[in-house]
Amino acid sequence: MKFMMFACTDTEPDADPTAAPDIERWVAERDAAGQRLLGERLAPPSAATTVRVRNGELLLTDGPFTETKEVIAGFDILECADLDEAIEVARAHPMAYAGRIELRPFDPIS
Amino acid sequence: MTDAAEAVAVAGAEAYPRIVATLIRLTGDWTLAEDCAQEALVSALERWPRDGMPGNPGGWLVTAARNRAVDVLRRASVERRKLHELALLTDPAPTPGGEGDVVDDRLRLIFTCCHPALALDARVALTLRAVAGVPTADIARAFLVSESTMTRRITRAKARIAAAGVPYRVPTGSALVERLPGVLAVLYLLFTRGYDADGEPAFADEAIRLTRLLDRLMPAEPEVAGLLALLLFQNSRRAARRDYDGNLLTLDEQDRSRWDHAAISEGLAVLDRAGHDGPYALQARIAAAHATAATGADTDWAAIARWYDALARIRPTPVVRLNRAVAYGYARGPAAGLTLLAKAREGGALDGYPPALAAEAELTARIGDPARASTLFRAAAALVDSDSEREALLRRAVSLTATGP
Repeated sequence: MKFMMFACTDTEPDADPTAAPDIERWVAERDAAGQRLLGERLAPPSAATTVRVRNGELLLTDGPFTETKEVIAGFDILECADLDEAIEVARAHPMAYAGRIELRPFDPIS
Repeated sequence: MTDAAEAVAVAGAEAYPRIVATLIRLTGDWTLAEDCAQEALVSALERWPRDGMPGNPGGWLVTAARNRAVDVLRRASVERRKLHELALLTDPAPTPGGEGDVVDDRLRLIFTCCHPALALDARVALTLRAVAGVPTADIARAFLVSESTMTRRITRAKARIAAAGVPYRVPTGSALVERLPGVLAVLYLLFTRGYDADGEPAFADEAIRLTRLLDRLMPAEPEVAGLLALLLFQNSRRAARRDYDGNLLTLDEQDRSRWDHAAISEGLAVLDRAGHDGPYALQARIAAAHATAATGADTDWAAIARWYDALARIRPTPVVRLNRAVAYGYARGPAAGLTLLAKAREGGALDGYPPALAAEAELTARIGDPARASTLFRAAAALVDSDSEREALLRRAVSLTATGP
């Protein structure tokens, strides 16, 4: 099954900053294992533009759709057998230490 | 209960988790699996008194549930592949090694219900419902919520298993090491929900039954044996915990002839396999020291204090440190106990925790200050929620002032 893996910042990162694994190695290993289909780091939220259409009118907002201290810093699309495999992939990512990771399966109906 | 009803209850208790676990694996449909298991029990209640008891009641229930599942799926005209699997299931000749598959199915079900991606309350409720077959209404009563709320909670947990991608599998290797304590914690929480003064007593029995099953399925895991021994020792005192008026009694006040000595013997046998270093094994060894003392005065408090030393090293929680202080209070005298209790309370960790006040009261009484001890017992009584616990503490307070100097 496919998972969207959001790498987010967190106000309370792991106390030991040296414990986090290396991102280049993570990418290489997950790509080799066929578990990572795609992934990118994102520009900061200050570069975000929020788009809405209301009553036929285009409404643009400068900034992210929600103001929080935690922001999405990047994403990866995973191909894993199940949640346990996806958790193993996520826990080896540096942002599991420096921030937090959300795993969201693709909607199976679509 | 009629003979037939009792036979169905006995066979059902054994067969239910096997039926549910296997049908979930084959169909992926939790509700269908539970419905078919329930319907097999209902049909046994009708048929067994009329047609006579089957030679193999458990096998009869499994077959009835499988046939029911095939009927339901056929009517729902599901995809051909699943029907094919179910057709294989109803094959009269079981495949060699089939029992191994069945055993795995029950473990799969337990580990899935106790998956850490589910909220703790959901894990306990789902384990009760799917593994133990406890009616939703009974689970709702124990959780102090309405039946419809509990139905929604269980339905949501099952939906989450499917939607989040929780696997139907027993982890292996290091993943098993990581996950097993979570499963044991659910079983222990289930037990305490049954064993607590105002708990649902049937849950304590269910917890023991499930832990026994887990121990049979994973005999090489010392902590499973440790938990089973601990539950057996604690539960052996269930009948003796109250006097004939229903008042709660302390360990010292209990009539030890009313302890369940068969359960204690079983606990001691299981304890042999439990090792000496896991948290449940250590708690079981402490419980065993109490269970095997002929009188309160015969209790080997020095041994208990040593087990608490070991437990406090791996689980330095405030409650463990409190209990260690109590043990030292008996092993080395109340002054030693009060010193350790003061340390356990540092940083306010046990503020407003009635057992800490009650322990201080007990140690204060033994050090020879009944007036202060009585005040402390009353303070503890004012903090507890349970009526029977409050009455026990107040009785203790009154007895101190009545016999005081």
